[in-house]
Order: sequence, then C-alpha cells, then structure tokens
Amino acid sequence: MDLISILLGGMAAGMVLFIVSVGLSVTMGLMGFVNLAHGGFAMLGGYAIVLSMTHWGLPFFAALAFGFVAVAAIAVVLERLLYARLYGASELDQVLFTIGLVFAMIATVTLSVGPETQTVVLPEWLRGQTDLGFIQYRTYSLALIAAGSALMVALWLGFERTRVGARIRAAVDNRRMAQSMGVNVGRLFTLTFALGSGLAAAGGGLGAEILGLDPQYPFRYLAYFLIVVAVGGMGKVAGVFVAAILIGVLDFVLKIYFPKGGTMFIYALTLVLLLWRPQGLFGRRA
Amino acid sequence: MSAASALAQRHRFRAWELLPWIAGVAVFFAFPNYLAFGTQVLITILFALSLDLVLGYAGIVTLGHAAFFGAGAYTVGMLAMHWGWNEPLSGLLAGALVAGLIGLGSGLVLLRTHGLALLMLTLCTMALLEQAANMGAAWTGGFDGMPGLSFGKILGLFGFDVLYFRSQYLYALTVLLVCFLLVRTLVYSSFGQSLTGIRENLLRMHAVGAPVRARQVLAYTVSAALAGIAGALFTQANGYVNLAVLGLERSAGVMIVLILGGYGRLYGAFVGAIVYMVLEHTLAKAYPTAWQLGLGLTLVAVSLFARNGVIGLLDALRRRFAKPAP
Repeated sequence: MDLISILLGGMAAGMVLFIVSVGLSVTMGLMGFVNLAHGGFAMLGGYAIVLSMTHWGLPFFAALAFGFVAVAAIAVVLERLLYARLYGASELDQVLFTIGLVFAMIATVTLSVGPETQTVVLPEWLRGQTDLGFIQYRTYSLALIAAGSALMVALWLGFERTRVGARIRAAVDNRRMAQSMGVNVGRLFTLTFALGSGLAAAGGGLGAEILGLDPQYPFRYLAYFLIVVAVGGMGKVAGVFVAAILIGVLDFVLKIYFPKGGTMFIYALTLVLLLWRPQGLFGRRA
Repeated sequence: MSAASALAQRHRFRAWELLPWIAGVAVFFAFPNYLAFGTQVLITILFALSLDLVLGYAGIVTLGHAAFFGAGAYTVGMLAMHWGWNEPLSGLLAGALVAGLIGLGSGLVLLRTHGLALLMLTLCTMALLEQAANMGAAWTGGFDGMPGLSFGKILGLFGFDVLYFRSQYLYALTVLLVCFLLVRTLVYSSFGQSLTGIRENLLRMHAVGAPVRARQVLAYTVSAALAGIAGALFTQANGYVNLAVLGLERSAGVMIVLILGGYGRLYGAFVGAIVYMVLEHTLAKAYPTAWQLGLGLTLVAVSLFARNGVIGLLDALRRRFAKPAP
C-alpha cells in the first residue's frame, strides 16, 4: 500500500473516533464527569441506525437523523434523572454508575436484538471506488473524511463564534466563575450532553462499517475513546480532532506493519504523553 | 466508653472477627463438592482486599488493578513452564515480588497525576501488560495462555488435587488469613491513619507535613504485591493462566465486588466477594444476559443510593433500630 492510501484509511478511522469522542471531551471538560458509558450511547445509536434501515427501510440519512434524535432524547432523560445526581460526587461513584449503565445497555441490546454482529447496508452511491485524479480510493472512507471535517468546522464555528459556544468555553475554563456571571451551567450541560450523545450515536452508525457493531462495542473501544479525549485535552474540540486523526492513522499503520502488537505502541505512547502533559496535548493546565 | 478510649481500642480483635475464619473452615467440611468454587471466592476476596488498600483507604481510583493480579499469575505460570520452578510458597513470593516491583515503578510515576489522567494511566499500564502477554507468545503462550501447569506439594506435604481442590482451598484460606492480618495491621497503624487522612483531605495532609507521595506509593506497592499473591494463587490453584487475568473486565469486576461489599472497611471485600460470586454462580450460568442487566441496574442503584455497599446498608439499619445512646 502506498503512503496516501494508508493516510486516507487512517484518517477515515480517525474521523469515526472524532465523531464519537468529541461529545465525551466536552461533557468531561464541562462537568468533570467520568462518563465511561459514552461508548454505550454510540452503540445504541449504531443499533438504532442499522435496525431502522433494515426493518423500516429508512434511507441512510433519515436513519442517521433518527439515531441522533433518539439517542439524544434518551441521553437527556438519563442526564436529568440520574447523571445530575452525581455531579460533584467522587470519581469512584461516577465510574461505578457509568459501568453499571454500560452493563444495562449491553444486556438490553443483547436481550432485544441478539448477540450477533450487525452489518450496515450502505446506499449505492457510497459503495465502490472514487477516482480522485491521482488515486482511486473507497468512496465511503472519503465520505467519512469529508463528513468529519465538515463536522469539525461546524463545531469550531459553533464554539468560537456563537454565544452558546462562548458560554461552554467559559464554563469549561472556570465553572464557578461562569456560574457567578449568570451562565446556567446545568442547562448548558444538558444541552451539550444531548448533542454529544447524539453525535456519538451518529458515529456509532457511521463507524459500524469500520469498527463493527455488536453488544461488546462499548467496552472494546472504551480505551480508544478515552485515549482520544485524554490526548486531545478535555473540552477542546480541535484537540480531539487532531488526537483522533493521530490515533486513527497510527493504529492503521501499526495494524499493517505490526499486526500482532501494534496497539501496544499506542498505549505506551499515551502513557508517556500523559506523564509529560497530564492535561493532554491541547488542554490547559489546571 | 469515651470516644478517646473507643479510638484507642478500635484496633483490638473482637470476638465476631473469628466468624469468617470459622465459616471458612466449616465450608471445607460441609460442602466438599464446592471447594473449587470456594477457592475462587477466597482468591477474589484477597484480590478485593488488596484493592481496598489503595481505593478504600488511600482513595486512589484505579481502573488497572488487574495488571498486578496478572503479573503475579503470569510470573508463577512462566516460572513453572520454563524453569520448572513449581514450589508453591516461593512461587507466591516471586509473584508478590514481581507485582510489587511493577507497582512501585508505575506508582512512582503514575501517582504524580490525578483525576482523568491517573485513571487513563492505570488503564494504559494494564493494557500494555495485556498486549505484552499477548505478543510474547514464546514466553506467555499468547492468546491461549499456559494450560496444564502442575505445581509441587505445599511444604512438601500437601499435593494439589486437580479434581477436588481440598488442599487448594485450605492453602488459599491460610494465605488469605496471613495477608488479611497484614492489611489489618497496616490499616490500624499510623501509616494507615495517614492514608485515611490523604483520602479525606489531601490539602491538609500536605499542610501538616505528611509525606503524601511516599505514603501513596508505599500503599500502591503493598497493594500491588498482595494482588500479585492473589494472581499467583489463581494460577497455582487452577493450573492454568490466560489473558483473562489481565483484562479490563477483571479490573472492573474486582472494583464491583469491593464496592458491593463496602470499601474502606476491611470486611467489605469478604461480603462483596461472597455475595457477588454466589449470585454469579447461581444466576449467570442460567440467565447470563439477565444477570448482566441486574448487575448493571444494581451498580447504578448502589452508586446513587447505597455508596457504602452491603455493610454500609447493614450499618444504617443497625443505627436506625439501635436505641439512642443515653
């Protein structure tokens, strides 16, 4: 494989990581909530998207929208009913609560759908190869890269250029100060939690082609989502974007050249990086 | 009894503290067919007890405690496989030593961080060891692990019985007793007091000049060595070791056991391991998915409403029905 196709393949995987993890980064930065159940929302979204396509015959984009809305709605209910009780609780309680939530999600999916792997049926125009002039590459991977980049731009504009974005940035940097300036951090959190979980859901569906989709999904990729957030820095959209692409490309390259122990290198690198900069590459020192 | 004398006497043994050990011996005679399961419970108690030292007393939240369990398990397995070193007691010490060294090394660098970074670093350390065990197939057996290991007689007298687990059970019970006495002594010593202080108010402990980092690293190391002993026991008792000893599932599992029982209170590990494993043994085989759902909902409920676990619930009940002190 030549360099460009390796880069493109890695970037496509990185985009999936970005779409899933960006919500986790913002909610962790905003509330300091250790949400290990984030991958669970991605899984629920993936199932909603795949099943609504196969059972209801929804077209691809309608299914994506459906997954986004359904999971965002579930997230709001869970956030208001349960998560909100644990803000400011110890990390241990949060870890335990979210692990329990993941167990419940996995069991629910296994009971209602079954333990087997689900496959996405892509629409006709996303299959096959596209000629970029200098290289032929899988259309879907290219579409993922385009979609991830567009999302990055949209989120960046939303964060940097809107009032809500300014409030979120203020609350990530200093929650108490933002609160005393009249920012309703609780409502802001509900909003970002819903948005982040919805994006995770979309990522679960978009990425099912690359990451697969079965009930063990939330635990299998938990470490990856957390590494992306920890490396990128909490509450930093651009940081998460760069970290996701770095890790996506690195993982892709290592899987080709060291199929057996490639992931070890990623863990080692994360370890060194976090020892050097505990706040991540782009995070601000607390 | 005044508060001061209560505090001065709280390390003394009470009569009921004999009960778990009487029960442990009673199980040996009453349920000879369940000793294999009983041995697994004892190993889990020891593993959860080691976690209690860092998580319950020192307040260090870790997602990677299985790293030390796995280090002990693989040390004993590799010694037996490649060097024919199958003497059990020295194997336990070797497991404790290797796990303790890994604990010391990683503790020295990891414990400089806190919060998400610490959580991630413990997770990465464990994942690193897991990948190393997976990769070094020539040494560790890779994905399949090392099946069919055999170990020598304990003290040259009691051989391991693969079918009935009689000597394994008593061996594990004895090792657990020794380790428990060590942990109990540590917890009530001035060292244990300062650990509790670090958990409750880090800033104040720094302010009064306590060597916070050194205490945390020491607690982490001792805990790692104990987890290594639990892992070594696992390999010796079962005669095999595989990648499952090193995964996130084992880390999360032991954390769940400890929290269900009640952390930071010594006997939480016992109650948690027994409750969890008996339920798992009876329910998980028949209804695995329903078991997972129930476990998940229980965890959610425990973290929201019963943060001190089963023992905490019993304490609350006792306080409610006890007569108010005169």
